[in-house]
Amino acid sequence: MSTSSETVSNTPSKAATDASSGTGPTAPPEAAAPVRGTRLTLAGASLGRPGAIALDEVGLDIAPGEILTVVGPSGCGKSTLLRTLAGLLSPLAGDITQDGHPLTGPSADRALVFQEDALLPWRTLRANVELPLAIRGVPRAERRRQAQAWLERVGLGSQARQLPHRVSGGQRQRVQLARALAGRPRAVLMDEPFGALDAQTRAGMQDLLVEVLQGTGATVVFVTHDVDEALFLGDRVALLGAGGLVAVRDIPRPRERGAHDDPARVALRRDVLTSLGT
Amino acid sequence: MKRYALRLVSLAAALGLWQALTSWNIDLWLRFSQFPTVTDVARTFAARVSGPDYWTDLTDSLTRILAGFLLAAVLGVATGVLVARSRLAEDLLGPVLEVIRPIPAIALVPVAILLFPSNEQGIVFITCTAAFFPVLVSTRHAVRALTPVWEEAVRTMGGGRWRILGSVVLPGALPGVFGGLSVGIGVSWICVISAEMISGQYGVGYRTWQDYTVVDYPGVFVGMATIGVLGWLTSTAVELLGRRLTRWLPRTAYVPGARPPRPDRSDRSVTPAAAPAPADPAEAPGGARSEEARDEHLV
Repeated sequence: MSTSSETVSNTPSKAATDASSGTGPTAPPEAAAPVRGTRLTLAGASLGRPGAIALDEVGLDIAPGEILTVVGPSGCGKSTLLRTLAGLLSPLAGDITQDGHPLTGPSADRALVFQEDALLPWRTLRANVELPLAIRGVPRAERRRQAQAWLERVGLGSQARQLPHRVSGGQRQRVQLARALAGRPRAVLMDEPFGALDAQTRAGMQDLLVEVLQGTGATVVFVTHDVDEALFLGDRVALLGAGGLVAVRDIPRPRERGAHDDPARVALRRDVLTSLGT
Repeated sequence: MKRYALRLVSLAAALGLWQALTSWNIDLWLRFSQFPTVTDVARTFAARVSGPDYWTDLTDSLTRILAGFLLAAVLGVATGVLVARSRLAEDLLGPVLEVIRPIPAIALVPVAILLFPSNEQGIVFITCTAAFFPVLVSTRHAVRALTPVWEEAVRTMGGGRWRILGSVVLPGALPGVFGGLSVGIGVSWICVISAEMISGQYGVGYRTWQDYTVVDYPGVFVGMATIGVLGWLTSTAVELLGRRLTRWLPRTAYVPGARPPRPDRSDRSVTPAAAPAPADPAEAPGGARSEEARDEHLV
């Protein structure tokens, strides 16, 4: 399947800049060698800080390449779940494995996109995107080329040399997305990445996310408090409630804007909202 | 331009006041009759500048302060990062550092004499100790105040300890570190001059003290003026370097604490009744004013 041609047709302006600057292939760097997603499994896991357990007895199996969205009331431990999957927190009990191996700490395999502004403010946008590539040991010229390609993919090619505080919040989140994907992670963990954006920017970002994820094959865990966002993006949605995982549901016709009025989707939406108690 | 003129006027007024008080031998409780006049000092200054000793003293003092200060910068940043990042280092080094910190560096002269074979090294040691603590303390605070999310981001990209140190801790702490360096260079001057007065051979402090012992007051004032100018130049250099390296810091578009735009005096006299007069200068400032605002920190 030709993911590259799809990308090009979706963003003609980007293709044009690519061609004019003569950076070689218009395909994004990872399209040549798709990365296989990773399987993340939690079994009987208790998450949180010692003395303050946020989630107890969580059993969850996230399939390779799947997009799992996570919804729940604020303070229920969504971020804790994500940070634990990233390896920033260790589970208090139970097992967490990646492809069957216990998860011991943060790794470039699992990129985390933060809700807050996590770009390094002293680095230009491009230098921020170059960082994971530098950590992976990519040579300087190649690093620069790939970072530029990623920035163009998220529509910020012309602002590559700006400092983060010079661009808008939505643009900063797009750079974070580019930075996360540039490292070719096998899983992308997203912590309410669009939470601080206005509704219109948000919808655009969701479409962009779907577009840039294509061809990466990465497993995605996407935390949000917006049920509609969760139902649009996810293959499955996990509901978190007080102290634990409430349910995991399959989503009919994911990532189709037209599926909003699908009866199955409407029913699921009602169920989710009921179980969240709103 | 206008602001530079103002600064010159301020310096000139101070010198004028000094000249007036001393040449008229004012004796109103404060006694200026024994004071050298500006012209006396200027004459001595000109004589010294053309002699070889002045420049030897100058280079000696500068060598000592630069050696001590650079050493202190490196040691202070390294220790500050270590103490802020490692609990073990904090427990091991913290108490010792806190006990030594209150001792005025100049009180370490006996220690320096005991420790070092030559005066030269002793002076560098004292200068270094003086600048070390401000750098250490501000580095420690700056490192502790770093936003955790920066470090977490680099860790989830697979970055290790050294990557975090080089890509997050050092650049992120830089604004705070330069605060310490600015204080440090000032303290360094105090200590290098005092140390030279006590135990030096050559150096601006040594010369100033020598002039005092032979009752050459204009010479003393030449020394003081030299110290003042050198201190000003070095702290400006630190300040400029700091601003250059922390250009990424977000700055407000408008100038905090700046005077609100007001019509020029000439404007007012030409159009006393015109209502739109205030609007005009309000549009003008833009770039020129922010340029001026950046200069403000220089002094």
